[in-house]
Amino acid sequence: MNSGAFYLSVGMAVFLIGLHGLLVLQDNLRRVIAVNLMGAGVFLVLVALATRTDPVDPVLQALAVTGLVVAISATAFALRLVSARIRHQQHKTKPDDGRLSSHKDKPR
Amino acid sequence: MAELVLDITLAVLLLSMAWGALHAPIINNGIGLFVAFGIVLALTWARLGAPDLALAEAAIGAGLTGVLLLHAARAIPVPTATTVMRPLQMMPSILLILLVLGLLTVITSSGPDSVFQQTPPLPDLVEERIADSGVEHPVTAVLMNFRAWDTLLELFVLLLALFGVRQLFPGQRVITRTGTQLSAADKPVKVQPWPPLMAWMGVLAPLLVLTGGYLLWHGSTAPGGAFQAGAILAAAAAVLHLIQNLPALRWSLWPVRALICGGALLFLVVAISTAWLGAGWLHYPQPGNKLLIVTIEVIATLSIAVTLALLVTGDSDDFTR
Repeated sequence: MNSGAFYLSVGMAVFLIGLHGLLVLQDNLRRVIAVNLMGAGVFLVLVALATRTDPVDPVLQALAVTGLVVAISATAFALRLVSARIRHQQHKTKPDDGRLSSHKDKPR
Repeated sequence: MAELVLDITLAVLLLSMAWGALHAPIINNGIGLFVAFGIVLALTWARLGAPDLALAEAAIGAGLTGVLLLHAARAIPVPTATTVMRPLQMMPSILLILLVLGLLTVITSSGPDSVFQQTPPLPDLVEERIADSGVEHPVTAVLMNFRAWDTLLELFVLLLALFGVRQLFPGQRVITRTGTQLSAADKPVKVQPWPPLMAWMGVLAPLLVLTGGYLLWHGSTAPGGAFQAGAILAAAAAVLHLIQNLPALRWSLWPVRALICGGALLFLVVAISTAWLGAGWLHYPQPGNKLLIVTIEVIATLSIAVTLALLVTGDSDDFTR
């Protein structure tokens, strides 16, 4: 097993850990982290595939650099959505009752 | 043998940190593990021969995303614990994950036509044409010339994210306008920054700016480039914001708007003028393409830096009004 195939399976495992977290976890912030982990897994697969040639494939690397910036853009927007939703809930409930209720009131 | 030990160490660290980032009982610990995951991932990129990606990952993936996550976690009033699901509730997700695992295994399984046996034609093409591209470093050549479309659209994605974030104010204004009380967690607390941090930043901030400039200039011949440099400049802005030494960055200031839109607009103008006057969309004219690429990279770096800094530190207007 060469290192490319090894990191390909590590990337798949990271992707699956992220997918599992996204499906199982209830906390929105953790879900954002889970999506980021899935993205990291995809990049790992891409760069592992880039090691097929020698020197390393620059096209796949450039694709991953592009993906990284897109990922942080999406993360910033998602986090703002999360905090906007929390503030909206706070606003709806009593102002001194800042405690978030569990997932039951979350629209699915 | 040494490589095998390194590979296994990196893999174990990556997997355990990924799991810990999601399932740590306290969210701040999870975010810390996510940042550490990013650093280990950057080491992995270096191991796999992708230094450009390692630089970008350390600055963007670990650093700025970590700041964003911590900032968001602070806004959440009650630390939410991981909710444990009943085994029966987990069944559909576990089934789905097994399905995905099966599909991935089939796709990548060894065989005569597995992905690892195929040789992609693109690296040879890049090698062949790199002399015409205007820069010597293949990744920069791909980003700024061969696949310049991706980079152009990426700048617009960044712009779009900023516009999206600007539509959703953090709610300070909404709450104060309707006259309800701010809860303790919402009040912008003026804390004196940690003194050693203040002392360090006087040294660190100029060094970060210098590193950003070096990476930008170096990008045409070696690993580095607009995105890495922009991310490092944004990181410098974020730490200056932390010690409250950053001049107010707000959208209503025209230089900020000009810098943010400048990168994408300049790139668009180049694309349109090459289509109109030249050979086609983003076909740079042969002599002078290096100058063109460096100009776009400098403007794009400033644009990326200000956009990321505004995304990370938040618009000052949101807090002062």
